Amino acid sequence: MSQVKTARPLSPHLTIYRFRPTMAMSILHRITGVSLYAGTLLVAWWLVAAASGPEAFSYASAFFGSIIGRIVIFGYSWVLLHHLLGGLRYLLQDTGNGLQREQSTRLALATAAGSITLTAILWIVVALVG
Amino acid sequence: MVELALPKNSRITKGKEWPRPAGATRTREFAIYRWSPDDDANPRIDTFHVDLDDCGPMVLDALLWIKNKVDATLTLRRSCREGICGSCAMNIDGGNTLACTKGMDEINGTIKVYPLPHMPVIKDLVPDLTLPYAQLRSIEPWLQTETPAPEKEWKQSHADREKLDGLYECILCFCCQTSCPSYWWNGERYLGPAVLLQAYRWLIDSRDEATGDRLDALEDPFKLYRCHTIMNCTQTCPKGLNPAKAIAEIRKMMVERRV
Repeated sequence: MSQVKTARPLSPHLTIYRFRPTMAMSILHRITGVSLYAGTLLVAWWLVAAASGPEAFSYASAFFGSIIGRIVIFGYSWVLLHHLLGGLRYLLQDTGNGLQREQSTRLALATAAGSITLTAILWIVVALVG
Repeated sequence: MVELALPKNSRITKGKEWPRPAGATRTREFAIYRWSPDDDANPRIDTFHVDLDDCGPMVLDALLWIKNKVDATLTLRRSCREGICGSCAMNIDGGNTLACTKGMDEINGTIKVYPLPHMPVIKDLVPDLTLPYAQLRSIEPWLQTETPAPEKEWKQSHADREKLDGLYECILCFCCQTSCPSYWWNGERYLGPAVLLQAYRWLIDSRDEATGDRLDALEDPFKLYRCHTIMNCTQTCPKGLNPAKAIAEIRKMMVERRV
């Protein structure tokens, strides 16, 4: 065999692979999981503020009541619901179910549709109750 | 480790546009990954135009047409041209499959062809498969018994034989193995879908008597448990098999033997 002069390149992967629903929902499950850390910090801040006294609590409440605060909470609620549904999907698949080709695609799409629907319902209820 | 960007020597550059076939009325554009060990150049994407009236219907037909009529240095593995040898596994139109069973009519627009993802490239579309073969060897894919061999064959009931359906058909093309992001990031330690499907094929073989040892060998945070149910393996298998299901079944066997 002739001498190989050049180190072998690595073939391309993520940039050329077509994202399928299951692959997209897998990475989204990771992203939402990491985002939950930030969301949990906000919840912790709110609880700490409530324990610290009326002044700190009204400051925190003002933030969560502002436009930016509401957008953050809206995002957090979707992230939480998406990660929850994703977790349930993986729990089902760990039992050996829902792993057929088309079935797994439908389940992945259902996770996305379900989280969006539940978030919408949640906020409609919030708006109605006030 | 997760490394999203390719190493410097692997970044893809713009390649050559080869001339259109003279007098052709129906053509198809191909964008094909090229790399040669004979110069110091980075990988590139070459553009070819295939005369559909002079060529068979499959992607493999087109690749061989290019090799015969345009550029004889185009390098790829192929043998049976009917989906049973697994040699022509490559990334076509963003998914791993066999060039010989993928019809050009199944793809819209330019047909993009790359070697199997996240593998060292030997030349053009030929990846180095040393690692997955070594991993296959590590699970000892052969019948292991302790009882003395019977006079004739090891017998198996029809029901037990049926348990091997969907597993024995694997042709070891490694389309699934190299479609798996977990394998991309942890290929040195995670066995990958193809090898785990083979492992399961021996675990549930009623004639095999090394089930306990086989499970012991897989009881490892990386070898088996790096599967995150991304499902690229099952989505891409050109034989319609289900490695993700096989991995889930191995994990169930791990739990069941503990209780």
